[in-house]
Amino acid sequence: MGDKPVHVLIIDANRIRASIIEEGLVENGVTHVTVLTDMRELLRKIIEIDPDVIFVDLENPNRDQLEYILQVPRAVKRPVAMFVEHSDQASTEAAIDAGVSAYIVDGLRKERVRSILDMTVSRFNAFHRLQKELDSVRNELAERKTIDRAKAILMKTRGVNEPEAYALLRRIAMNEGRRIAVVAESVVLAAGLFKRDVDT
Amino acid sequence: MNSSMRIRVGFMPLADAAPLVVAREMGFARDEGVEIVLSRETSWATVRDRLSVGHLDASHALAPLPLATKLGLGPLHVPMSVPIALGCGGNTVTVADWLFSAMADKGASADFDCKRALSALASIVTARRARGLAKFVFAVVHQHSAHRYQLAYWFASAGIIPGRDVSLVVLPPSLMPEALQAGNIDGFCAGEPWGSVAVSAGGASIVTTNSHIWRSSPEKVLSTREDWVEEDPDRADALVRAIWRASVWCDDAANTAELAELLARPEYVDAHTKHLLPGLSRKLPAPDGRLLDVPGLFNFARAASGFPWLSHALWFLSQMARWDEIQLAADTIKKGCRTFRPDIYRRALAPLGVDMPSANSKVEGALPTETPVGSSTGKLSLHADGFFDGARFDPDRIDSYVAELKALDSQVRKA
Repeated sequence: MGDKPVHVLIIDANRIRASIIEEGLVENGVTHVTVLTDMRELLRKIIEIDPDVIFVDLENPNRDQLEYILQVPRAVKRPVAMFVEHSDQASTEAAIDAGVSAYIVDGLRKERVRSILDMTVSRFNAFHRLQKELDSVRNELAERKTIDRAKAILMKTRGVNEPEAYALLRRIAMNEGRRIAVVAESVVLAAGLFKRDVDT
Repeated sequence: MNSSMRIRVGFMPLADAAPLVVAREMGFARDEGVEIVLSRETSWATVRDRLSVGHLDASHALAPLPLATKLGLGPLHVPMSVPIALGCGGNTVTVADWLFSAMADKGASADFDCKRALSALASIVTARRARGLAKFVFAVVHQHSAHRYQLAYWFASAGIIPGRDVSLVVLPPSLMPEALQAGNIDGFCAGEPWGSVAVSAGGASIVTTNSHIWRSSPEKVLSTREDWVEEDPDRADALVRAIWRASVWCDDAANTAELAELLARPEYVDAHTKHLLPGLSRKLPAPDGRLLDVPGLFNFARAASGFPWLSHALWFLSQMARWDEIQLAADTIKKGCRTFRPDIYRRALAPLGVDMPSANSKVEGALPTETPVGSSTGKLSLHADGFFDGARFDPDRIDSYVAELKALDSQVRKA
């Protein structure tokens, strides 16, 4: 394989994750990267793309199909190994922990593959961290809305002002050993129940 | 509960994950002092990978999959153990309506008769080959699946050689009905409810089932890492007991409606109850619209269906050797026999007084009808286990069995 640039194929239905990985690879000198987000006609596309390394997200339901294509009918012209090396358990485990599986055409220099794999695994981990942060921001926003609704309900039903309504929520939360957002959710839920009773 | 008694178990969204779902949901696991945490997976490759690196302790698995892993056919060479099978049967062979019509013209019947279906299919395939038409494409769920080995066995016995005469491709079972409708494939072999779903979606006919091709044939098993089983035998035994008791519950017709509703839930199979209920009631829609009884369609625990027969493991090895995936050396056979663990099944279920077969292996195809066999209580009857072509598989003569099949295949290839 010599110094021929390595061609990496990323198969991932998640476009954002695929482009984060692509960017990481390109930044690290892997210039030949193809991204596939559509799984239709996988075999024909893989033959056309003729990659040296294939990365697939672990949750991709097409993995059984992909492994069969790579192993059995010998439709792809070069032999393909799954993961890095049978002996390289640590790399394999790191990849699976990160949620990615790698298929590598035999004959590729081991050190080269290793650096590409490490890069991809760290990008996958970075993506998951980002997603977690995004989820927690979303969560926080939702919680704030719930607390506002709970305050409004208390102001209306108990005739208190906003700081008093918030203090009430906080006191219940402290007494019950719960988070304010959880108490606020109960208030909103209970108000919903009573409202339905009144309506019917 | 001790956290070491929490067991992470993977499953794929299929009806035959039932014993695992029931073991958790109906409290059988709790009664045995273990907690089953279920994890829905998206591919068998991921099941294999997660089991191998320890994300999962055990999983719903295609019966040949732990054998393939142990024999180094996958990427990770981690020894697997199968302490209990999750049942027999459950797969259909489903084809496009137009193909069934063509088969019916050649004598296929609307009662899942696999011999008549096969000879009709063979004459169509031969005619197409003579005219230089494209090969039919059949989908299976995995390379190392009972589906693929049984479908290939069925085809080859009529001279249809996979690869030469039909293309075999791999697809996730839930995508098969759509692929069939779109004309991307001509037929498929997959576990229920996907055959029934395809029929209900339109344009598909069920022609036969794996329980017609090989009666009482193995389908899914519980696969664990060997080191997980050895690490805490009591925990492994508790899991086996919970699954066995769940399997008995699943076999009881009085529970079928509840089982279908449980499996239909979004976190499990995520399908309509109406698609799960017929299969679990051992009924399938025939090509003429009738709902027919298929008594062998699902058996979870009855007639020792959970017993991990060494002869089942060895039959899969014989087919791997037949299709040149492995060489059949003494060491290979030893590894195969070491993967299926009737010894654990016996040890775990002994306290429950479960009826045990007295042998770990049997001549497959030797029981033409339900037959009482030697067992711990003397009351065990095994269901008929015949292959549709009347052949027998004697695990003690696996070498000559494979040699004969390979000789037949090469004759067909030359003809």
